[in-house]
Amino acid sequence: MRYSSEFLEGLRIAWDAIRANKLRSGLTTLGIIIGIVTVTLMATAIQGLKRGFVQSISALGADVLYVQRTGWFINSEAEWRRQNKRADITYAQFRALARQLNLARAVAPQVDTGRPVKYKNRTSSSVHIIGTTDQFLYTGGLTVAEGRFLSSAEAEGGRPVCVIGAQTATNLFVGEQAVGHRITIGGYRFEVIGVLEKQGDFLGAFSLDNQVIIPVQQFTTLFWHDPDYTIQVKAISLDALDDCREELRGVMRKIRHVAPGDEDDFAINQQSEFLKTFDKVIGTIATAGLFITGLSLFVGGIGIMNIMFVSVAERTKEIGIRKAIGAKRRTVLMQFLTEAASICLMGGLIGLGLAWPLTLVMARFMPATMSLSVVGLAILVSLMTGVVAGFLPAWRAARMNPVDALRNE
Amino acid sequence: MSLIHLEKVTRRYQMGGETIHALREVSFTIARGEYVAIMGPSGSGKSTLMNIIGCLDTATSGTYVLNDVNVSEMDDNQLAEVRNKEIGFVFQTFNLLPRANAFHNVELPLIYAGISAEERRRVTVEALTSVGLADRMTHKPNEMSGGQRQRVAVARALVNHPSILLADEPTGNLDTKTGEEIMGVFEELSRQGNTIILVTHEEDIARHARRIVRIRDGLIASDEARR
Repeated sequence: MRYSSEFLEGLRIAWDAIRANKLRSGLTTLGIIIGIVTVTLMATAIQGLKRGFVQSISALGADVLYVQRTGWFINSEAEWRRQNKRADITYAQFRALARQLNLARAVAPQVDTGRPVKYKNRTSSSVHIIGTTDQFLYTGGLTVAEGRFLSSAEAEGGRPVCVIGAQTATNLFVGEQAVGHRITIGGYRFEVIGVLEKQGDFLGAFSLDNQVIIPVQQFTTLFWHDPDYTIQVKAISLDALDDCREELRGVMRKIRHVAPGDEDDFAINQQSEFLKTFDKVIGTIATAGLFITGLSLFVGGIGIMNIMFVSVAERTKEIGIRKAIGAKRRTVLMQFLTEAASICLMGGLIGLGLAWPLTLVMARFMPATMSLSVVGLAILVSLMTGVVAGFLPAWRAARMNPVDALRNE
Repeated sequence: MSLIHLEKVTRRYQMGGETIHALREVSFTIARGEYVAIMGPSGSGKSTLMNIIGCLDTATSGTYVLNDVNVSEMDDNQLAEVRNKEIGFVFQTFNLLPRANAFHNVELPLIYAGISAEERRRVTVEALTSVGLADRMTHKPNEMSGGQRQRVAVARALVNHPSILLADEPTGNLDTKTGEEIMGVFEELSRQGNTIILVTHEEDIARHARRIVRIRDGLIASDEARR
């Protein structure tokens, strides 16, 4: 009861003081507004970057293992040279692996190249051509928008059919159905049997929608006879991913005749490695970014401290009166802390109001939205700034001797 | 039954390397219900004495017992509580909060005492009515005359039903007629049984009290009952 009354009194005094010095309060608040805007935008940008990345790599599939000749992240040149000497992964090895794995839901080979694709007089100059089997639908986590995916018979056989990405479809076919038409890939004719749903891009580097999927047999016959395969293995469940990885490693060692005690001559890559590396990078960016933007908030806080010292000096007499009629140290301290925190909170709220439209602009470049956690954090940080910056002035006021304070005019 | 008992109270200040003896072993007693004037020229130590009695300041040595409680060893917060509950101040310059209206000025001690909003409202209205300002509650100090302001200050001093009403030159900033009016208010309060201590250097004003204590050079020069 007592505390709430004192707190309400503190709020009333704070409001009176802010109103009595509108210009001064406004200018001081400006420092906090700028600080909160920059910190909020930084936090939102970091969240946006992270979300964008996670969206990108989710195309990789969390429960999919990628068996490749080399690893995705190689830390030294010596390591790179060593891995480069490894023998290619062959189609026969893929067949053997697919036969022997028990903990895999789907196993698909993947080989790629770039080729121009034509339909009538329209050309897409460099399209990502993927040779694979029907199982790629599962390992790649794809959805067919129109038509159908490769059948297993088509994958193994020689019929020239293809499934094309959403962007490839819109590039080549204007006002026409893609399915059923024949397109020319690197000089060879293929019938379009399906169009994939839109997937977006990978890390902003290339579009996942500008691709053409053809049977692996067609790929090796027409474009590349002995390619180095990537084998995609989808585990039976996300929980079984580690077990699947172990089984996969054992089988693969056997297939490639790795002697016991020798190290693997292949790599098993997975999405979480990307995440780990990215988390490290974004962590550094976040620390540096928030520190730098935090400096502007710090400057704003100094402004608050300065103005609170002025406010305390101006109201020495008032402090004396309040103490004479029974205000305790704690009460006076709370009064000035409330005032400082109110100014900062006001700045924080205005700052959030300004950051909101800026976030919408940012959203054009990355999947950034002002999240509730950022809003909560901004409010908390502005309140904290007020309390920290207001403490010294408030402490000075609280410790004033009532006799001296009353004598002040 | 003494309300106030001072025993060899001494107050020294350090001022620019020089020690000033504002009070030298002052001892006296005030009983409940007395109306006392403390007189003396400026620099006599009467303000210091008032500050000590009002718990705004503490003695360098000696003891001060207020209402059977030894106040001389209390810390800041305890003194604030004593000021809030036991003492009502009326100052020469009124010392109202300029931005607060009459009602809020009078309500303030009740807020610090932790009294509920409902109760505060009732008691505050009562206090303002008793000084004849029931129709001025929403006025701010700068919208009121000197006499009205001082009556707001009296209402504020009385609102917590303190043991002592401590008035420091309460008529110093008022014209003679208004001053007499305020002294009339004190007269009435004294008749109701309030203990009043009046600090002044004007004989005319001191004459309203029933006991006059004269201070000179930090010592009690005389202490006499009137009538």
